[in-house]
Amino acid sequence: MKDITCTLLVIGAGPGGYVCAIRAGQLGIDTVIVDAGRPGGTCLTVGCIPSKALIHAAGEFDALKRMASGKSDLGIRAANATIDLGITTAWKDGIVARLSSGVSSLLHKARVKIIHGKARFRDGKTVEVETETGLQIIRAESVVIATGSEPVELAALPFGGPVLSSAQALSLTQLPNRLVVVGGGYIGLELGTAFAKLGSQVTVVEAMAQVLPAYDRELVQPVMRRVSERGIKVMTTSKAIGLSPRGDALVVEERGERQELPADRILVTVGRQPQVTGFGLEDLDLDRAGPFLQIDDRCRTSMRGVYAIGDVTGEPMLAHRAMAQGEMVAEIVAGRNRGWDSRCIPSICFTDPEIISAGLSPDDARSQGIEVKVGHFPFAANGRAMTMDDEDGFVRVVARADSHLVLGLQAVGAGVSELTAAFALAIEMGARLEDIAGTIHAHPTRSEAVHEAALRAMGQALHL
Amino acid sequence: MGEFTIKMPDVGEGVAEAELVEWLVAVGDPVREDMAVAAVMTDKATVEIPSPVSGTVVWLAGEVGDTLSVKAPLMRIETSGIDDTPVPPDTPQEKGAPVDSMTAAETPKEPAACAPLSPPALSPARLPPAAPGKPLAAPSVRLFARNNGVDLRQVRASGPAGRILREDVEHYLAAATDATSARQPLAIKTAQEAVKLTGLRRRIAEKMVLATTRIPHITYVEEVDVTAVEDLRATMNRDRKPDHPKLTLLPFLMRALVKAVAEHPQINATFDTEAGLLTRFSAVHIGIATQTPAGLTVPVVRHAEARSIFDCAAEIGRLAEAARSGTATRDELGGSTITISSLGRLGGIVSTPVINLPEVAVVAVNKIAIRPIWDGTQFVPRKMMNLSSSFDHRIIDGWDAATFVQRLRTLLETPALIFMEG
Repeated sequence: MKDITCTLLVIGAGPGGYVCAIRAGQLGIDTVIVDAGRPGGTCLTVGCIPSKALIHAAGEFDALKRMASGKSDLGIRAANATIDLGITTAWKDGIVARLSSGVSSLLHKARVKIIHGKARFRDGKTVEVETETGLQIIRAESVVIATGSEPVELAALPFGGPVLSSAQALSLTQLPNRLVVVGGGYIGLELGTAFAKLGSQVTVVEAMAQVLPAYDRELVQPVMRRVSERGIKVMTTSKAIGLSPRGDALVVEERGERQELPADRILVTVGRQPQVTGFGLEDLDLDRAGPFLQIDDRCRTSMRGVYAIGDVTGEPMLAHRAMAQGEMVAEIVAGRNRGWDSRCIPSICFTDPEIISAGLSPDDARSQGIEVKVGHFPFAANGRAMTMDDEDGFVRVVARADSHLVLGLQAVGAGVSELTAAFALAIEMGARLEDIAGTIHAHPTRSEAVHEAALRAMGQALHL
Repeated sequence: MGEFTIKMPDVGEGVAEAELVEWLVAVGDPVREDMAVAAVMTDKATVEIPSPVSGTVVWLAGEVGDTLSVKAPLMRIETSGIDDTPVPPDTPQEKGAPVDSMTAAETPKEPAACAPLSPPALSPARLPPAAPGKPLAAPSVRLFARNNGVDLRQVRASGPAGRILREDVEHYLAAATDATSARQPLAIKTAQEAVKLTGLRRRIAEKMVLATTRIPHITYVEEVDVTAVEDLRATMNRDRKPDHPKLTLLPFLMRALVKAVAEHPQINATFDTEAGLLTRFSAVHIGIATQTPAGLTVPVVRHAEARSIFDCAAEIGRLAEAARSGTATRDELGGSTITISSLGRLGGIVSTPVINLPEVAVVAVNKIAIRPIWDGTQFVPRKMMNLSSSFDHRIIDGWDAATFVQRLRTLLETPALIFMEG
């Protein structure tokens, strides 16, 4: 097979890699992208997109169940709500297929060459790919490592049998009656809630004292209320020991006491780790930052001409961070002067209700010695929240006390994920409380709570 | 509501026209009675013109650098019963106004709104941003800075809460361009800048041309032993009363000049070329050439013949300060009958001073240096100073010039003569 020589080689077609390749192609760079799987990576095929599909389906089904139970305040009554998880999964797979082929066509449109197969480094600028038709050698002037991350496997609970990774949990066609989720981070809580809504009996086992440890207590509280309303059992400061001898229960140790939690399936979501082994990366001997590849503000690794982007470079392991890095690296390779200078990377937890955060929390700011003004506005005082029959949660704004510069915005509530755009924009633009207060927010929307939170931080709330 | 026209006032001394050096208001600005609205310059002085009424500026006569004749309309003001009437944002342009005034009309109406856009008000200096941590700037501004190689931490912010605006980066770039070229001393430079001569600089240029083309200069240099007068000066400074100013050599020269011109009256005179008229003065008004930030001016110590040494010194100090700060009046900047030019330590050995038209003589003081002088038996160190003097050769013959300077020399070398009466 004839060797390929190109300017830019991207290894991994996840959100970081494919965005990098598309932009590079648009800029006229001779680009090749390699991935063993379908274009889209974890996010598109086994992460963000399929999980959101499942969460949506679960939410719809849950709403229908409430109607069927005769408890709906809206006066809607239904009977015998059922769900066929096989069809749900097929619907989800359809979305994934559409998006993945969309990515392929975007790559083609940008004249990026796609090579299917597992890549392996020969040296920093040469990669061999095992394709269906043989070994393909690719030589490149610049290489981008965008190999992503994979779920962390517990030694005591290896994946397989009843033990599922998040990816496997998204492809179930049979609903488990009893599901134990090990790890109360955002993935565990999102999926645990979805399965509970679909009808599973769910228990969440978390080693720390609080689930969703990435968010402060105030933001987590409304989620915890819903979790207990749904009958999800949460065990904190508890450790998963292993499967019971018969394989139908999880042995859990809570403050020294062991007990067995009967389980049909055990979902392990104890975190993700960078994919840095198995493709010759070890031989390149790149500098590391813990388990991750070390990069500078231009995503350069310790080897000239070798870049790394996305989950392989560290926290936060978020698709939108990877995409921004990918776009930046493509422009750097095109000779433009670029560097990482984003002020915030918004994060979302698609629990029920959703939690979002951009910038600093009040505690973050105070720990940096900044005197802050904090404004809350509850959705209980928001008209749109009432009309959507979901008033839980609030919007919170954190600003410097002296200049009113907005340092952070957080919210918890139904559908607040869409507010992240406004939050991030405010922070990137250097908005002050007065800027948010002086912006007309459309009525009736949940976004009015952002306006009110800013007003309230200045002691001028109108609707409270 | 009415309209009031401010006319170019008669700025005195037969001046027929004056140059506009600064508009202190723009079209649309409110003015109060007695507020200065414009600065005009005659060949003598810069005069601020006050508004006799309150109202709103609706029209300006021209742009800075224009010359306007006396009594010509300078500015129109819409007057109203109430002061501080809010200014309508779109004041109509006066019909028939010169095209020049368009520039003024386009000045933003609201001074506050244009504040960040006015580079002179902001120091482009490398000041730290107000807030710690990452510089506060919108993503588009960050990209602009990056594309231009600007470190935003070095840019001074003019936006709210220390926000860096695109304009701030532009100002920084404009300032940095100069600094960068200064760091590369061997780089080829191709930039050139055309600067229109206005105001004082133009006056100086015109006057120098007139003086050097009309007056046939004769320059005569003589050295003066100032050891004695310097000793006397040191003693007088040491023993002076607290309210007395510290003496330089200049007041001694002025008093010597008063004595010398008394014996050479045609040297303390002005010559009107057109009329062919020489005017001799009994008063000695000594112009003192003074460097100011704007350029050379000549404040005048009037009636030096009636002033003591200390009085002369005090007056020089007062006038020099007034000239430098731009507060000297028209009277203080004109009417001299003879001029002294002194550059102090920068005095050099010889200079060829240009006569301050319409005078006929100028005396330049060169630097004092200790030199070995043969006293008949040996070389002795003496404090020596040259006087370089120019005369209008139409009026002053070489002989007269020489005897005048020799008289000055005698007076300075034997300073007791300066203080002798009669």
